[in-house]
Amino acid sequence: MNITATLIGQMLVFAILIWFIKAVLWEPMINMLEDRRNRIAEGLAAAERGAHEQELAQERAKETLHEAKQQAADIVSQAQRRAGEIVDEAKHAAREEGERLKAAAQAEIDQEVSRAREELRKQVSTVAVQGVEKILGKEIDAASHSQILDELASQI
Amino acid sequence: MSNAAEPISAHPVEYIQHHLTNWCIGCDPVTHKPASIVDFSAFFVDTFLWSVALAVLFGWAAWKVGKNLDADKPGPFQNLVEAIVEFVNQQVKDIFPGSNPYIGPIGLTIFVWVFLMNTMDLVPVDLVPGFTAWVAGLFGADPHHVYMKIVPTTNLDTTFGLALVVFAMIVYYNVKVKGPMGYIKQYLFHPFGKFLIPVNIIMTAIEEVAKPVSLALRLFGNMFAGELLFLLIALLSFSYFVLPAQVALGTLWAIFHILVITLQAFIFMLLTIVYLGLAHQTDH
Repeated sequence: MNITATLIGQMLVFAILIWFIKAVLWEPMINMLEDRRNRIAEGLAAAERGAHEQELAQERAKETLHEAKQQAADIVSQAQRRAGEIVDEAKHAAREEGERLKAAAQAEIDQEVSRAREELRKQVSTVAVQGVEKILGKEIDAASHSQILDELASQI
Repeated sequence: MSNAAEPISAHPVEYIQHHLTNWCIGCDPVTHKPASIVDFSAFFVDTFLWSVALAVLFGWAAWKVGKNLDADKPGPFQNLVEAIVEFVNQQVKDIFPGSNPYIGPIGLTIFVWVFLMNTMDLVPVDLVPGFTAWVAGLFGADPHHVYMKIVPTTNLDTTFGLALVVFAMIVYYNVKVKGPMGYIKQYLFHPFGKFLIPVNIIMTAIEEVAKPVSLALRLFGNMFAGELLFLLIALLSFSYFVLPAQVALGTLWAIFHILVITLQAFIFMLLTIVYLGLAHQTDH
């Protein structure tokens, strides 16, 4: 239980040991631990970011899907409306065409009728002349009585 | 002088004294003690050698781990060292205000080195001294005058060596942080204000000196008492009937001592951090 020269030696050893430990162990290890802590924190943050992005992507996908469905429904309803229109148009056109055909037929009929009438008129005058000739027993000058005959024919 | 044929318990006082005597250069050739309480012509070879050996062991292990640091795949030993470093660093963060890159290494060095030196206490008390005496006997020395005290912390030189370095750092950081005048003012006006300057000087001086003294004596006292108890338990081997008692007591005390050596190393470290933290506080 004495204080001797060993004291000096122990103090020197202690001081050197502190310096040595600081240089070879403490500083590298503290830096390494700090790096590792940062890296772990970064990794966790990246994972969180990834999860968040995935969530957003899912949200976006859902939205896109919804929009697509909406558009599809729009397209279908438009198509249906268009189909209805086309049918209406076709009906309309058919009806018009029918009208037109009917009108043409009517015109032809009228023409035929007037032509037949004309024919008839001509033949009436001939028949009338022949009838009168037979009745009178003599020839009648058709040209001199053409005015009377025309008047007669126009009354038919 | 005890006879080698006799059991050691026949001369308990001599046995204990022999175990408490250092391998010394420059001591009195008869008493094997230094001439006075403070004698700088004497040198305890065993204390110095064992503490240096343990310092080298610690330094070598630290160098080995520090060189092969692997952040991704730490080996088992690196894990252990990491745990200790983190533990010390946490203590420093909790206690120490501000930051100083030296506080951590100081705490780690104290904790591990003191722990290693204390651990020598768990080596059976007669193993190394007996072996050394046997080896010395081979070279023709008298085994009764071969001394080997392997626990450096049961020596005041070691504990005061540590404490004085800590004290020097306390003074250094006080002066560095507060300036020379600030440090002197602390002596003049603390703790009773400016009207009791003489009392203040005495009080503060006692307070400051008590720091290294209490550090050194606490560690020394605990380790010395522990070693003494191991010696007393070793003395129980006077009869085969008490051998079980010796084994039981030795085991119990060794297990308890594991707690003591760790705790003392921890306390030394913790108080050092606290004292250096106080030295860094400016508003006093």
